[in-house]
Amino acid sequence: MPPLLFGVINKTKAWFAGRTGMPLLQPYYDIIKLMRKGMVISDTTTWIFRFGPVITLMTVFIAGLLVPMGSFDAPFSFTGDLILFTYLFGLSRFFTTASALDTGSSFEGMGSSREVTFAAFSEPALFFAFAALVKMSGSFSLSSMLHSPLEELSIDIAAPLVLLAIGLYIVMLAESCRIPVDDPNTHLELTMIHEAMVLDHSGPLFGIISYASALKLFILGTVLLHVIFPFRISISWVNWLLYILEMLVLAVSIGVVESVMARLQMKHVPYLLISAILFCAFGFVLIFR
Amino acid sequence: MSLLLICTAMVFAVISGFPGLLPYSSKWGQKIAFALMSVSAVTGLLGSGLVFFLNSNPTFTFPWPAVGNCIIGVDELSAFFLIPVFLIGGLGSLYGLGYWPQDKHPSNSRKLLLFWGWMVGGMALLLVSRDALAFLLGWELMALSAFFLVTTEDNHLENRKAGWIYLISTHLGTLSLLALFSLWRWKSGSFALQPITENSISVALMNVFFLLAIIGFGLKAGIMPFHFWLPAAHATAPSHVSAILSGVVLKMGIYGLVRWFSLFPEIPHVWGTIIIILGLISGLAGVLFAIGQHDIKRLLAYHSIENIGIILMGLGIALLGKSFDKPVLVLLGMSGCLLHVWNHSLFKSLLFLCAGSVVHNTQTRQIDQLGGLAKSMPLTAAMFLIGAVAICGLPPLNGFISELFVYLGFLRIVADGSHLLTVALGIPALAAIGAFAVSCFVKVYGAVFLGLPRHNHSNHQESPLFMTVPMMILAGICVAIGIAPMLFTPVLSRVVAIWNPSMQLGGISLNTAAPLLQISLISIALIVGVLITGLVAVDKKRARYAVTWDCGYAKPDSRMQYTASSFAQSIVCLFSWVLRPREHNPHLKEYFPKSQKMKSHIDEIVLSRVLVPASNTFVRLCRFFHRFQHGLIQHYILYILITLFLMICIQMPFKELIYQWFRN
Repeated sequence: MPPLLFGVINKTKAWFAGRTGMPLLQPYYDIIKLMRKGMVISDTTTWIFRFGPVITLMTVFIAGLLVPMGSFDAPFSFTGDLILFTYLFGLSRFFTTASALDTGSSFEGMGSSREVTFAAFSEPALFFAFAALVKMSGSFSLSSMLHSPLEELSIDIAAPLVLLAIGLYIVMLAESCRIPVDDPNTHLELTMIHEAMVLDHSGPLFGIISYASALKLFILGTVLLHVIFPFRISISWVNWLLYILEMLVLAVSIGVVESVMARLQMKHVPYLLISAILFCAFGFVLIFR
Repeated sequence: MSLLLICTAMVFAVISGFPGLLPYSSKWGQKIAFALMSVSAVTGLLGSGLVFFLNSNPTFTFPWPAVGNCIIGVDELSAFFLIPVFLIGGLGSLYGLGYWPQDKHPSNSRKLLLFWGWMVGGMALLLVSRDALAFLLGWELMALSAFFLVTTEDNHLENRKAGWIYLISTHLGTLSLLALFSLWRWKSGSFALQPITENSISVALMNVFFLLAIIGFGLKAGIMPFHFWLPAAHATAPSHVSAILSGVVLKMGIYGLVRWFSLFPEIPHVWGTIIIILGLISGLAGVLFAIGQHDIKRLLAYHSIENIGIILMGLGIALLGKSFDKPVLVLLGMSGCLLHVWNHSLFKSLLFLCAGSVVHNTQTRQIDQLGGLAKSMPLTAAMFLIGAVAICGLPPLNGFISELFVYLGFLRIVADGSHLLTVALGIPALAAIGAFAVSCFVKVYGAVFLGLPRHNHSNHQESPLFMTVPMMILAGICVAIGIAPMLFTPVLSRVVAIWNPSMQLGGISLNTAAPLLQISLISIALIVGVLITGLVAVDKKRARYAVTWDCGYAKPDSRMQYTASSFAQSIVCLFSWVLRPREHNPHLKEYFPKSQKMKSHIDEIVLSRVLVPASNTFVRLCRFFHRFQHGLIQHYILYILITLFLMICIQMPFKELIYQWFRN
């Protein structure tokens, strides 16, 4: 399902711009096409360049196994898996940026420099949000934390949840390289972050990268959805339907944000991320109140 | 038995440098020293390991005429810290055979061998002493040998300067420890470092104890405001010396704190909070300063400060657990602190040895002059990568396990009580430290080992086996702790039980408090998954090779690469209010300017902004006294005469004289 999100986002943007846009399933076609192609590898690179995308895919995949999807609990769930979850993203970041530097190109250096800078702001925000959720649910694993039953929605709980949701939304946009932080459409500009880092990857490696970034958006979106809609209905298939619907709405909302906003100046991005930290921090403080 | 083995190891370490001092032994001195050091390391490791298998904690008392009895003994806590001492001591000595051979460095190699052994012996002595004076003896032996090791190449001004600053700071620390132990003797009646049973010490005195301990041990450990000596000293020493200084000697300060806090049955909860806040400052500031460095060894030295910060956070959590009587916090915090001590000594030594291997081959420590070394030195590059992933605390390796303990401790504080809101800041701070560490090590690894060589050194080759074997052993242990952490939990829980004997765990063990088995399974799954997918997906036969694509540039050049400085630029700019970077930008005037150079550097801020101005002010205030100091010996004799005269006058019975005068 992850690449479908990109399809929905693109369709929304096309609708805003009055275009027909590409087919909804185009991201799938792209990935299949890439996986069948050959690849060009730069002379300067080492094994890091070839293994970087693979490591990214595996870490994101394993991180996904820790998150409950829909009404299902996560396959793996244990005390403190939220720490493993964020650190797996850290591992993927290490190897994505290292394989970008492996090419010796200044574009990719620039992209990875920005990536690690902005990550230093989005990770504290994520951890503030998790700490607040730990406090709220009293448990230390993602499954029970995000699935804790919520009997009544009092203002004491709703207010911090709203703040956390806003903070996490910004973090999700930043981590999956969407518009106010990064523009995924303009390849080859100096303004790029993620796309600049993967300029030299081609063929199957680029297919893996595309799928991994879709998966990352999907996983972060799932975490966010649990915070926005902390309710569940007892019928399983309705839950699944709701979950898929929520996910599509989230994709549409990202598309709307991308259509109505311009990308921020690079030097202003940290302010946006600091505001995400502040949202999460205030949510955290409110829970303690 | 174990104590005997450790003492034998200590003796072997101390005498290891002597054969090299004999005339005509230059060729064999180093080999004999290595043989003695390896005997010392093996017996020492055996002795420390035995402590965990035997259940007796032997102590031995022998008379020391001047001050009463001297007690030495070994328990799990000492043995835990002894293991890295002997491990790095032995491996560093092996590394030295390749890195600092006697025939290439005839003038200072003997000195290095002698003081290397003395430093290892001194650390072993301070770890086994149960007595303040023996502790101080070992402490000074370690500190002074470290001074001679830092100034191994004393023909460079830079090294002498670093050495002097180190010497001053270590003496400040010793001074504070002397005061601490004197007060202890006054209060408890002996120099023995035994836990006191009931708390009869007043609050004020407890706080003085705390303050003196923080200054004395903190100066050695490199806690943030007291770290000013550390970067220069660790950067200028030979690399294996930097490895032991950063990996092991700093931990002696931590050992001092841990041992000192174990003496008190009750801990004020302010102590834990202060320790955590110091940890936050050290961690965040340490990693930020590290990002701005251009010298690979200086950068690693700043990372030691960051890791000391993480260790302190664990210690602070344990102290809070002790104050509030929450055994889970003690267990998690102390395990995090102790395991990070081991982990840091492993991966920091590994990184310094790798850096040494780079310096050995390229003769430069400047990151921006290196590049592309992964092709010519693949083994060093791979080992550095393991060290880098480990120090960032990323999953399949050991750094993650100890950070996980600290995180879990923080999360438990958050879930339990609401009065510790400030402490909860540790969670996002630790996350930020992790993210900054990733950016810093991606910068180093990318700039040094990946990309194209920035200077044309064509004759690079892999370092000799003497140097790569110690690196591989250290990397192997890092991986082992990372993927099988549950093997090490019995050791940790026994040390925690020694640290806080009165603690009732009530069925909580480290394996239930932290999900080590699951983590280990996931780590193994990750490694296997990456290998399989990597080998299947990345089919090299389908690949074509070409130059890096650079927007259609006809001739990409190594000078077009992003440098390490530009990589770090965005973070350095954002935090320029802390780092205070200094830049010398060239001023371009003409239409066709000549080639210009741009420099930027980040100074040690405590030293350059606080200590140097403060001492300058002090010197200015004392300028009045310059008038009396001319260097003329006649003047000094005059001063002595005047002083003598005044003293005689004071002794004179003026009253009686005047009385007699008037009576006549």
